[in-house]
Amino acid sequence: MSKPRVATTSLAGCFGCHMSLLDIDERILQLIELVDFDRSPIDDIKHISQRCAIGLIEGGCCNEENVHVLHEFRENCDVLISFGDCATMGGIPAMRNNIPLEECINEAYRDGVTVYNPKGIVPQDPEIPLLLDKVYPAHEVVKIDYSLPGCPPSADTLWAALTALLTDKPVELPYELLKYD
Amino acid sequence: MSDAIKITIDGKEIEAQLGQTILEAADEAGIYIPRLCSHPELKPIGSCRVCTVVCDGRPQAACVKPVMDGMVIENETPELLQHRRNIIDMMFVEGNHFCMFCEKSGNCELQALAYRFGITAPQYPFQFPEKEVDASHPDILLDHNRCIMCARCVRASQELDGKNVFQSIGRGFDRKIGVNGEKALGDTDMAVADRAADICPVGCIIKKRVGFEVPVGERLYDKAPIGSDIEGVRS
Amino acid sequence: MSELVPTIREICKKYGNDRARLMDMVREVQESIGHVPREAFGLIASEAKTHRVEVESVVSFYSFLSDKKKGEVVIRLCDDIIDRFQGADAIGDALIKELGIGFGETTADGTITLEKTACIGMSDQAPAMMANDTVVTNLAPEKIPGLVKQLRENPEPQALVTEMGDGNNADPLVQSMVCNNICEAGPVILSDYRKDGGLRKALTQTPEEVIEDIKTSQLRGRGGAGFLTGLKWELTRQAPGPDKFVLCNADEGEPGTFKDRVLLTERVDLVLEGMTVAAYAIGAETGIIYLRGEYSYLRAFLEDKMNQRRVAGLLGNNILGNEGFNFDVRIQMGAGAYVCGEETSLISSCEGTRGDPTDRTPFPVVKGYMVSPTAVNNVESYCCAARIMDKGPGWFSSIGTERSAGTKLLSVCGDCARPGIYEVPFGTKLREVLRLAGAEDVACVCVGGPSGQMVGPAQFELGISYEELSTGGSVMVFSNQRDILEVADAFMEFFVDESCGYCVPCRVGNVLLKNRLERVRKGEGSPADLDYLQRLGESVKFTSRCGLGQTSPNPVLSTLKNFRPVYNALVKDNGHGLNKSFNIMKAVEDASAIAGRRSEIFHA
Repeated sequence: MSKPRVATTSLAGCFGCHMSLLDIDERILQLIELVDFDRSPIDDIKHISQRCAIGLIEGGCCNEENVHVLHEFRENCDVLISFGDCATMGGIPAMRNNIPLEECINEAYRDGVTVYNPKGIVPQDPEIPLLLDKVYPAHEVVKIDYSLPGCPPSADTLWAALTALLTDKPVELPYELLKYD
Repeated sequence: MSDAIKITIDGKEIEAQLGQTILEAADEAGIYIPRLCSHPELKPIGSCRVCTVVCDGRPQAACVKPVMDGMVIENETPELLQHRRNIIDMMFVEGNHFCMFCEKSGNCELQALAYRFGITAPQYPFQFPEKEVDASHPDILLDHNRCIMCARCVRASQELDGKNVFQSIGRGFDRKIGVNGEKALGDTDMAVADRAADICPVGCIIKKRVGFEVPVGERLYDKAPIGSDIEGVRS
Repeated sequence: MSELVPTIREICKKYGNDRARLMDMVREVQESIGHVPREAFGLIASEAKTHRVEVESVVSFYSFLSDKKKGEVVIRLCDDIIDRFQGADAIGDALIKELGIGFGETTADGTITLEKTACIGMSDQAPAMMANDTVVTNLAPEKIPGLVKQLRENPEPQALVTEMGDGNNADPLVQSMVCNNICEAGPVILSDYRKDGGLRKALTQTPEEVIEDIKTSQLRGRGGAGFLTGLKWELTRQAPGPDKFVLCNADEGEPGTFKDRVLLTERVDLVLEGMTVAAYAIGAETGIIYLRGEYSYLRAFLEDKMNQRRVAGLLGNNILGNEGFNFDVRIQMGAGAYVCGEETSLISSCEGTRGDPTDRTPFPVVKGYMVSPTAVNNVESYCCAARIMDKGPGWFSSIGTERSAGTKLLSVCGDCARPGIYEVPFGTKLREVLRLAGAEDVACVCVGGPSGQMVGPAQFELGISYEELSTGGSVMVFSNQRDILEVADAFMEFFVDESCGYCVPCRVGNVLLKNRLERVRKGEGSPADLDYLQRLGESVKFTSRCGLGQTSPNPVLSTLKNFRPVYNALVKDNGHGLNKSFNIMKAVEDASAIAGRRSEIFHA
């Protein structure tokens, strides 16, 4: 019997949640006994190769590419988990959500105090994904089955949730593991 | 005692005193009714509605409803827990609560309630409203992003400090806490020693230069849920 | 600012520098200089012996008060759903075109400000607007250019009134184009009656006997809540306190309700008579009529009527020679806040503060206005009380149903041939009301306004009564040409605008309900969104602090119940878990415009 597959991605996040995943330390050996990793920044597989049991989403959607990736995950994963505050509520990137997009771009590329950009050029290459009007938590774009808040969620939190899912137990975090910071 | 009466909460008969609110009577009996705007030193105003109970068949805010002999109260029914959870979710989405960098995290009553209710993500969409940060005062920061309009500061300033630094202004979703000064908090007679400066249940009123004093893991609500102290009284 | 100091001082002095009259002070400052400047907050506060932030708190609460300079004339276009269906949007477009400004803006010359406002109580002659205190009804787009031209030349809105309405609308102190539209006069209120017959009879009895009569008559509050009036008076009488108060709730803000407008035009004496009876019964010396800001065109007329009664010995000291029975009435003007129709909010507003409701333990009958026992009754209830005293409780309770005695004034509007006032006995079937009003092809009737119920033909056989279809008067008719969820959406918009924001469920829940309803209306909703609406609506209803929040989800909840197929036709499952409510093309629109290119990934 083949092992269930897990895919992970970092959208508008800082990879801190993935760092936290690595913080499970030696338990990673147990984890790879239980699952195979598909698309993930950890193994650098670029696209989901086959149906996955679990998709882990770090970060919300700040640009069109994030949406594209999130759609790929939703379409190919049985269970989708928002892990971390950014996926759950937008996080630090969402602090721009009450500032008009143009103002954000000008601040970043033209007017910011540390910016040196005499020609006032804003990067426009078509390779650069278009920004969304605001940063969307993952569940506003696709259906999300579980959320694990935290910035980042602790390794113990991730371990508890993953092992519960993989052993068909309900995902119920003990009090000490549910944290928003 | 002549004013002693009996009330029933979730089928358990407890003793209460005339003049007490349902919340006070429950606290004494070691029964925790979740609350946010209520504070033992302040007059209750029933604005957050988290302490809603069913009293003789009707919804009532436990913090303002006086006890009467023979009252029958429901507290922990699935319906009430759901209503309370919904209200907590509403408070999270109406403001900008970025717990990850908030000085109050770990000691915040709103966050603690959400933990107690096991909320991993609010079920409502975040509104991301535009709010002000008032840093004009030398010792106190007023961050409206985190305000839940509980008006504890309004009451503390009036009732405990003998001042009138805060008052609600505006209405509806745009309602906010105003300050008694030409422009900002720095124009008022607020002092860092005021009770109003440390009575905020969330991170809206924060004393400057003292953030993150307590290490993670040792903060008020890191290990035990809010309300544990009250439930600990239970015999 | 310094030049305003004497004016402001004068105004505050006029109200005795009394903090409890703060509402009147800021209202008059606004009237006299066009707004309440922020720089004046401190001065008003020191004059009224309160705090600056308290003044800001009041000014920022009421929609007719403003700290921003406005034009000499403020046009407030009535924006309720009835007016919209009668063409208010086209009027709005015409005003925008003629004035060259949008809503919320003022013309460059400072003459005219354009705004929208909630129902102004003219739904039977919609579309309508207010220009300052002057009401302009039956608007049509082709009338707008002339109207604007006239206001530009002469910023005196009263000059817009060329033809007077019927009855007292033509009184020199009213001079309004408003029409009464009384379509059905019932036996209790709108038929001819013996003036002050009730008061004279009451004064031959003891106060306790008067209360007993009102109790026997089974009169229940006409504002909609239906509390027994006699019991309310009795509780007020029995409550300890040297001063007691009689308040008349004329803050008729429920959209689609305009019966109090007509009573205050044609039955002022009956209202005042009823208040005087109440004062006698409970032992009060002071009465207040809380008049909604939208009806300020009636104020001078009401003041005059009160004066006439003082001269005739019907108000003032020793009323009708009754030694020691002293009672007088003042008018408290509102300033655009629906929530002030809630009795505790109304009391807050009369005390000169923002109109936040207060907790109803203690109830106003024990601790109301100025922490004294207070009876707050609806305009219509006072009319009924006066008539009960004259004709006897048995006569009154023989009309209507067993649990709903007497008649009810209905203000019928919307899709019907004869919008107007109908006084019908309680128990009259809704179908009969619709027949009287000439309403055909009716798909939905909103009974009781946005806070009431939206019902379909299956409920038309129910009677107008507290036990079946309860209403404070509003009956809005919608034909099968109308989008029922557009109506519900407009009602939710109303509640979002009018919530005082004191408690969480009403302040936040209504915004969330409105947003989710919009999503469903746009066809972006899934069946799960209907459960979301139901559960959220129930929480707002269950946990809100006052009557506003406890009824605000009704447009959603009653349509989910009575018009479920309309919702079902709009929602679809989210395919593959991708939310239809997230629109990627819309989300990249701004960035696309800034970058000057289309999305490389997503195409429309």
